[in-house]
Amino acid sequence: MSGQTSPIFGNLDWSVTPFTDVLQHPGTSTIIGAFAASVLVLGAIAAVALFTRMRWWGPLYRNWLTSPDAKRIGIMYIALALIMLARGIIEGFVMRAHQASALGTLAQREGGLVAPDHFAQLFSTHGTIMIFFVAMPLLIGLINFVLPQQLGARDMAFPVLNQVSLGLTAAGAALVMISLLVGDFGTGGWTMYPPYTGKIFSPGEGVDYWLWAILISGMGSTLTGMNFAVTIFKERAPGMHFMRMPLFCWTSLCVAIMLIYAMPALTVSSAMLALDRYADFHFFTNEAGGNMMNYANIFWMFGHPEVYILILPAFGVFSEISSTFSGKRLYGYTSLVIASMSIAVISFTVWLHHFFTMGQSAAVNIAFGIATMVIGIPTGVKIYDWMATMWRGRVRITTPIVYLTGFFLLFVIGGLSGIILANPSIDYQVHNSTFLVAHFHNVIIPGVLYGMLAGIHYWFPKAFGFRLSETWGRRTAFLFVGGFVFTFMPLYVLGLMGMPRRSPTFQNPDFLPWMYIAAFGGVLMLCALASLIWTFWTSYRHRAALAVPGGDPWNGSTLEWSTPAPVPEWTFPCIPQVTARHEWGERKRAGDPWKAPAEYTDIEMPANTAHGLLIAIATFAFGFAMVWHIWWLAILGVLAIPGLVIFRAMRIIEPRIIPAAEVAEADGRFRQLVASLPAATRADEETERNRGVPDIAEFAG
Amino acid sequence: MSGNGLYPGLNLGATHGEAHEDAEKTVFGFWVFLMSDLIIFGILFASYASYLDPVGMAGGPGPKDLFDLTSVAIQTAFLLVGGIAYAGVSLALKYDQGRAKIITWLLVCAVLGAGFLFFEVKDFIAQAGEGGVPQASGWLSSYWALVGLHGIHVFSGILWIFATIGQIATRGLDDVVKVRLSMLGVFWHFLDLIWVGIFSLVFLVPLA
Amino acid sequence: MSWARLAAGCLLALIATDAALASGALQQSFLQPMGPVAQEQATHLMRVVGITMIVILPVLVGVPLILWRYRYAKPRGAYAPEWEFSGKLEYALWGVPVLIVIVLASWLWYSTQKLDPYQPLGPDPLQVQAIGLDWKWVFIYPAEGIATVDELVVPVGRPVELTLTTDTVMQSLLIAPLTGQIYAMPGMTTKLNFAATRTGEAEGENTQFNGDGFGRQKFTLRALDPVDYIVWTARGDNGPTLDEATYATLRRRTVLAEARGDLGLEKNAQPIVMTLGQADIFQQIVAKYHGGEAERWGGIGLPQTGATGAGK
Repeated sequence: MSGQTSPIFGNLDWSVTPFTDVLQHPGTSTIIGAFAASVLVLGAIAAVALFTRMRWWGPLYRNWLTSPDAKRIGIMYIALALIMLARGIIEGFVMRAHQASALGTLAQREGGLVAPDHFAQLFSTHGTIMIFFVAMPLLIGLINFVLPQQLGARDMAFPVLNQVSLGLTAAGAALVMISLLVGDFGTGGWTMYPPYTGKIFSPGEGVDYWLWAILISGMGSTLTGMNFAVTIFKERAPGMHFMRMPLFCWTSLCVAIMLIYAMPALTVSSAMLALDRYADFHFFTNEAGGNMMNYANIFWMFGHPEVYILILPAFGVFSEISSTFSGKRLYGYTSLVIASMSIAVISFTVWLHHFFTMGQSAAVNIAFGIATMVIGIPTGVKIYDWMATMWRGRVRITTPIVYLTGFFLLFVIGGLSGIILANPSIDYQVHNSTFLVAHFHNVIIPGVLYGMLAGIHYWFPKAFGFRLSETWGRRTAFLFVGGFVFTFMPLYVLGLMGMPRRSPTFQNPDFLPWMYIAAFGGVLMLCALASLIWTFWTSYRHRAALAVPGGDPWNGSTLEWSTPAPVPEWTFPCIPQVTARHEWGERKRAGDPWKAPAEYTDIEMPANTAHGLLIAIATFAFGFAMVWHIWWLAILGVLAIPGLVIFRAMRIIEPRIIPAAEVAEADGRFRQLVASLPAATRADEETERNRGVPDIAEFAG
Repeated sequence: MSGNGLYPGLNLGATHGEAHEDAEKTVFGFWVFLMSDLIIFGILFASYASYLDPVGMAGGPGPKDLFDLTSVAIQTAFLLVGGIAYAGVSLALKYDQGRAKIITWLLVCAVLGAGFLFFEVKDFIAQAGEGGVPQASGWLSSYWALVGLHGIHVFSGILWIFATIGQIATRGLDDVVKVRLSMLGVFWHFLDLIWVGIFSLVFLVPLA
Repeated sequence: MSWARLAAGCLLALIATDAALASGALQQSFLQPMGPVAQEQATHLMRVVGITMIVILPVLVGVPLILWRYRYAKPRGAYAPEWEFSGKLEYALWGVPVLIVIVLASWLWYSTQKLDPYQPLGPDPLQVQAIGLDWKWVFIYPAEGIATVDELVVPVGRPVELTLTTDTVMQSLLIAPLTGQIYAMPGMTTKLNFAATRTGEAEGENTQFNGDGFGRQKFTLRALDPVDYIVWTARGDNGPTLDEATYATLRRRTVLAEARGDLGLEKNAQPIVMTLGQADIFQQIVAKYHGGEAERWGGIGLPQTGATGAGK
């Protein structure tokens, strides 16, 4: 980075790429950096070439990027998350490989695969990506896809706003991605605690990349939360009382409420840090009355609810799959609703346990420690409720159930370490150690990742019309479980042995065997990732054999299984009238679930628009310009956003009308198809005989 | 939010069933958004309180050196009267008194809002002249951020007023614009609410 | 699936034993306690694990059992698809966790109160001050007139009160075999009270990431017999003197070995023992950030990089 800011290019010049680094200081660290940048560039080129060759640009633009359909937006969220997941897992592996080679001495320069600064960027991007650009888009995507279908709604309350949210998330993700190629990322971890991340100690663009990625995507998440909440409050089908909503909708409601109230805290803490860095404010500086303790407080006011934002949708998924694949009603619906809501509320009262060691009085620590333990009660109740759901059931060991089992067995260990950490007296010892790292991976991987992958496996046929390969699905699940055990169980041991987190080097040779085990776990995680990609690919190739056009491959009981697979853009030919908690199940009991509606009406769908896409481009340009101090572009970007909004507001936008005849025709074809397909029993569920029309005589529960 | 008069300020009436439902959804969504915004202000209020001590002021100018309560009172008057003026918009909308009346009342609101901003910016400039810049101390950083953010909200409100006038001029008083007018009203009163907090906590408490 | 469970169980069981049997003289874990605080923390850990097992074991045992017994392919037990509620079970599901949390919370209250790091462990504790720098610790013994870099020597039997601050970003000081960690922040002070009950060497470290040299910001705590301790305090005056110039050199962004080079000492990882030039150094460092003399003692900005070069 040159000393002067150019009026046109800001702080950008040719020295910012990792390719320059590798030429100047060749070594494993810079080679890995340049390799990652090359993968990004080559991947982008390959994608452009593929889209051009297959003539996909038109369909991509018309059917996806400009679509306000929540189902498509959900799928795009998940696609984004999976791309980011690939990067996150690879980074995790590089870190494990580095630490396995990082035994050093106090007198010698740090050795190992990557340089300390590079290692710090790795753990910072890994954390940022996994939380904000994998876990969040996964759950938001899944909710987008599933929620309206389960509620009996056609779409979200605000479809175009939904597009904008996706655009903002994607713009944030793009900023993190481009930091691979242009400049460095911050080194302060995913929490970016000042004063280390202040201008004095972290000059340069690194922290700014994080700030703008977080501010932009955080705004998107806030708007998403609002959208979910209004959808649940106002868009439920007639008869869908709150206590008839599937559990996944309830956890979505919790998520919505938490997004609305928690995300602003992240916005505030990041904006304050940005003011410190860009305008010399003194919120968190060492001098002039700044106080970094405020950052810790505000950040974790967001950060702790965030943990439950991540986990609750997974709990929703587990509620759905434990019931469906046990062929049995969900045990303790009311308990589960109460437990979810209590988790959502209590999660706002525990943030201080992230810094028991900041020097406050014992009384404060006791209060927050106990509040933390209290959250364990509803969480424990949920786990037992799912076990009770499977008890006296007929459990099919499908991929989602493998994930659920992995979740049961591993998550309780994460819960145990959570209870341990909730004790301030023990937290003094293991805070900031790899024990903590093991703990949060132990709740987030078996909780969030397994839950989301199980959900993707469960609802994939609804989106694309064919099932995912069960064989490969189970292999992937086993690899993720094994990968987790080998990677993170050693970190518990290392933490108890006194290894701090984020260490680029260590001096105790006793750590080494555990490091090797963890690195082997990292290899398993890479295999799991490869296996996941292979699952999608091989299922796509065998899509004819796996097709389930009947739309109900698992003999489910909630409304989304009443429609064809893939589900049409209007979802329901006419909005269903709900009479029971398990509406689709009740209709199966009544005998003829696929009865055609009495009459069809015209359907109004929101018209396609490039609004979200344009806003995403403007915010990305703004964020990138702010990072590199390209002021003209930043001003342009920041003016473009209200400009676009006002421009849209001025126009009268007519909805797209789908004539009743077209709906009737499509729906009639679907009902004929269902009548012509053979009904599959649960024993045939994984075979080619499963065409998405279950044997309703077998439905129970 | 059910029964007959869903949004009494809107003249959508029983004949506009669908529009009324839309109004309910949209305005409710906007309320939710404002609750989220309120959290932002809440955290900024809390930060302000935490920097309001000798350590936070770090030897820089304090409230007694910087605050001019007369000017703050004038600002308060402008903003609150602006809030009352919006009642003119709502009533004109409800009794279908025509575009001209609505636009006039909107302009009155905008002028009062601009008056508020004029005095606020004047204060900011005076404070900066006395060394009360946000770079001077943690307390001043939090003061400028909180009061400044409110000012930006007022400025956005004025922009929104003009955007709405533009919409009324170009597309007329259709259902969509009516719903937006009622959202603008909620926003405009929300600014008053925040200001009451700022007036008491930011200006009165440290001087008390 | 059971292999994963088995592996997890085995690993958990291994944790305690392995850590306790770790080789080497330098102790690094609170599972090898050298004093009452760490001892109590280790005991409390075992207690919490034991109590929590009451709710965890049923899951670890029950899930495989349910999967085996009620698997679709070859079910054993009854099938009750419509069973969705049982009042008695509800009482158990909510009641047992509530009871356990009540028990755990009482223990939490007790141990947090007892192990409050601000509470001295006895009368007349040894006063030591610690200043966190980029990537080393300066320890000051105001009464003894000694200062060290990366070495904390304490007498066995006498309680120690460590007062902490930092002259750079936030750090966190942990001496695991003796006591837990606490943050050190610029312009503020925090305290750690502990005592050593046996002689030995423990590793102390910063656990809060603060830049490239973070992995090497370790120090040695030596717990000596009271007699040896007196001998140690007596030999303090043949090293350099900790005055403003020395401090400014130490404040650079260097690890111990580089700092030694900058001070003209042999470049190795041996701690530096110094004579204390001025008794109130610690107070002046804290005051730098609150209207004190900010430009003295190396200033308050970004510390320089070392003369011998750390950097990337």
